[in-house]
Amino acid sequence: MSSINLNSKVPKGELADKWTQYKSSMNLVAPNNKRRIDVIVVGTGLAGASAAATLGELGYNVKVFTFHDSPRRAHSIAAQGGINAAKNYQNDGDSVWRLFYDTIKGGDYRSREANVHRLAEASRDIIDQCVAQGVPFAREYGGLLANRSFGGVQVSRTFYARGQTGQQLLIGAYQALARQASVGKCKIYNRHEMLDIVKVDGKARGIIARNLLTGELERHAAHCVVLATGGYGNVFYLSTNAMGSNVSAAWRAVRNGALMANPCFTQIHPTCIPVSGDYQSKLTLMSESLRNDGRVWVPKKKEDAVAIREGRMKGNDISEEDRDYYLERRYPAFGNLVPRDVASRAAKVACDEGNGVAPTGLAVFLDFASAIDRYGRAEAYSQGNQNPSESQIISLGEKVVEQKYGNLFEMYEKITGENPYKNPMKIYPAVHYTMGGLWVDYNLETNVPGLFALGEANFSDHGANRLGASALMQGLADGYFVIPYTIGQFLSGEIRTPKIANDTAEFVEAENAVKERIENIMSINGSQSVESFHRRLGKIMWEYCGMARNAEGLKKGQKLIQELRAEFYKDVFVPGDTMEFNPELEKALRVADFMELGEVMMADALNRNESCGGHFREEYVTEDGEAKRNDQDYTYVAAWEWDKDGNIKLHKEDLNFENVELKTRSYK
Amino acid sequence: MSTTNYIDMNDMKLQLKIWRQKSADQKGYFETYTVHASEHMSFLEMLDVLNEQLIQERKEPVVFEHDCREGICGACSMVINGQPHGPNGGTTTCQLHMRSFRSGDTITIEPFRAKGFPILKDLAVDRSSFDRIIQSGGYISVNTGQAPDGNSLPIEKGVASKAFDAAACIGCGACVAACPNGSAMLFTSAKVSHLGLLPQGEVEHANRVQSMVAQMDKEGFGMCSNTGACEAECPKEISIENIARLNRNYMASMFSTDK
Repeated sequence: MSSINLNSKVPKGELADKWTQYKSSMNLVAPNNKRRIDVIVVGTGLAGASAAATLGELGYNVKVFTFHDSPRRAHSIAAQGGINAAKNYQNDGDSVWRLFYDTIKGGDYRSREANVHRLAEASRDIIDQCVAQGVPFAREYGGLLANRSFGGVQVSRTFYARGQTGQQLLIGAYQALARQASVGKCKIYNRHEMLDIVKVDGKARGIIARNLLTGELERHAAHCVVLATGGYGNVFYLSTNAMGSNVSAAWRAVRNGALMANPCFTQIHPTCIPVSGDYQSKLTLMSESLRNDGRVWVPKKKEDAVAIREGRMKGNDISEEDRDYYLERRYPAFGNLVPRDVASRAAKVACDEGNGVAPTGLAVFLDFASAIDRYGRAEAYSQGNQNPSESQIISLGEKVVEQKYGNLFEMYEKITGENPYKNPMKIYPAVHYTMGGLWVDYNLETNVPGLFALGEANFSDHGANRLGASALMQGLADGYFVIPYTIGQFLSGEIRTPKIANDTAEFVEAENAVKERIENIMSINGSQSVESFHRRLGKIMWEYCGMARNAEGLKKGQKLIQELRAEFYKDVFVPGDTMEFNPELEKALRVADFMELGEVMMADALNRNESCGGHFREEYVTEDGEAKRNDQDYTYVAAWEWDKDGNIKLHKEDLNFENVELKTRSYK
Repeated sequence: MSTTNYIDMNDMKLQLKIWRQKSADQKGYFETYTVHASEHMSFLEMLDVLNEQLIQERKEPVVFEHDCREGICGACSMVINGQPHGPNGGTTTCQLHMRSFRSGDTITIEPFRAKGFPILKDLAVDRSSFDRIIQSGGYISVNTGQAPDGNSLPIEKGVASKAFDAAACIGCGACVAACPNGSAMLFTSAKVSHLGLLPQGEVEHANRVQSMVAQMDKEGFGMCSNTGACEAECPKEISIENIARLNRNYMASMFSTDK
């Protein structure tokens, strides 16, 4: 078995100095050469838009691709809670080191130290950049920036813009991109989907894209290709991802020799609106920031839980002593603010024990009554009312809660038809984010030279679990402050490379292969819809590779996916034509890729005989039911190859911890 | 997961009158369908049911734009019973739920109709004109790396909050679809207000106002005649106050030396 050398290219030196020293010593591309170099960026979310805009500012010729009708629709837009930065504006002891440490620990010691430290360093510049762009972050009365806290940390370092932080940050990056488009440095290809990478002499030199309106295939050439195409949570069908979010760009990279790293590390977010029916198309997140004030509980008595499920009782009917605030009970130090993986598993345990509260039995309460009471009293006091009545307290408290979370409460009510001010919310974990992704080195370059991956599309910074408000940070760090430097390490070797031609044999061959793939899927002409296959894939993934996994289930899951794939290629039906606007065809190509990825995720989960972060193997638990890591055997990145014959092979990058001591993660 | 505990799938029976149009250059027409739905479904999930039904009948599903399905990406766009994003105030189509309708209802579904938004197929329209309006000046010219410390410029909470109200625009285009003149004034004014209210955006303000208004006119959007329909239909409840502000800013920018 040939082995791929996974050289992380982490520079030498002290952890805190690595990035600064590296930046000062790396190869540069002179302005006159930048003008001659073409870069393709696929994806226009936070990572893609910020990278494209910045590369354009630097003078490169950038072509930007999105399958959306506008770059502003990328799913970064939906991030609610906030963005972390080690500014220490609150004077509460935050620092670059602490953000670095929290991220490493939160990730359950499965990420690369040097990458995470660089991320923490860049976090501070991100806030400055976004403020300068006009991002309307929340502010204090004195006009300075406000912060709040998030799960898994004990400082307030999260900057936010109401419950729409992702939207505001993306609009900032989108506007920076629009500015480069207006001066011709970035050319934006809306409604274009990347369907393959083109390699010339082993280097990534272009892509095949399908114009989604006309169905035409286009060959686009460049000196290098940057993928910022997001995560693969939709492999589970039901997730908080947008309907269009997909793995195809990343998966096409894998089919061209790139490696998929730690694909089994998926984040199940604890606070989502529960599933209500089989028709459901997606799940909606309720921001983690709600756990600052909401208390999570289930009834202590099973008969109460049954009564609630059957609609005979409501949450408010359960007296205080009959409630189990299980997070506060099990994790007194962090309480309701434990990290996401811990909170999600605890909810699953509560429901598995029969104490769940929705008709499906799969929901727990998130209750704001104590927060409303607490805020109401404080507000009454500050208004000079020392003896407020119960109704005054509630009305004042509800106003404060509305100010903090109004848009989330409104969204909850629209979806469920229930008023969360008066009744506790019902929530349940749902697939939200994928820590795994394309393997990249310190330069964010995959093992295919000239092919880079940024943001959620790469695996690099979050280990086995991502902390809240860190996805936006990573996307923007990669795009604004890392790739603009590290891309020079590759491009400085290309200054003598002339414009890449798009009519060479490699491009023609790649285009023909895509054409064949499309014709193949269109010609099956079976009887089942693409959607029905996607749903079935999602159920297999959730059942056998979801919140809790075991060897037996994973083996079964692998088999079921293989069978599903075979059935797909025999019986899928894609209506319409190839050469037209055909969303069903787009979906079919994406689902086909998801099915291959799903198999690799199962293999990865099966290989990792430990529980860590979002990966929980039922065979590996401590006596009190917590995740049991195995540092001896699994302190490595599992990077998977999909070879020409469809065989999957494991490659390992050992993780070396020189600055942090590996400890059992405890939030008790 | 098909437990019987789920709610009844088929408690509503609806007639849907949907605009079908194969492509931009072909004639469109209404076609009527019957669909069974549950009151807990979102409007788009109800259309998913219809599309699954059409696929089973080997017909072409209805093309409609959608993505995040949580009211923030701005992709969903249809006109439902004459109103962009349907009957509920402050709600995008994807956040509209079937409990806002009754069994037996006939629902008419059309694309956004405006000169600035040519129809592509069925309910999908081309809104790239909005991108071009932003590209004409809807940004602050700051390169990556040029920014001073975030707290070096205190901004009054109320001002930041007003800027935010305008920045909440999702670029869906309901304002244009609602306007009898097909005007894009609410969209354009929201961006001008977002950036112009903030001290960071002041430097380029006059230029921005001039070039964004010019681009808006170039795209074929109509004039504003203050009917207020845009504000009423905006799913993010962007205020028409922004249009008044843009009008004042536009007048002022005519006399600016910085253009």
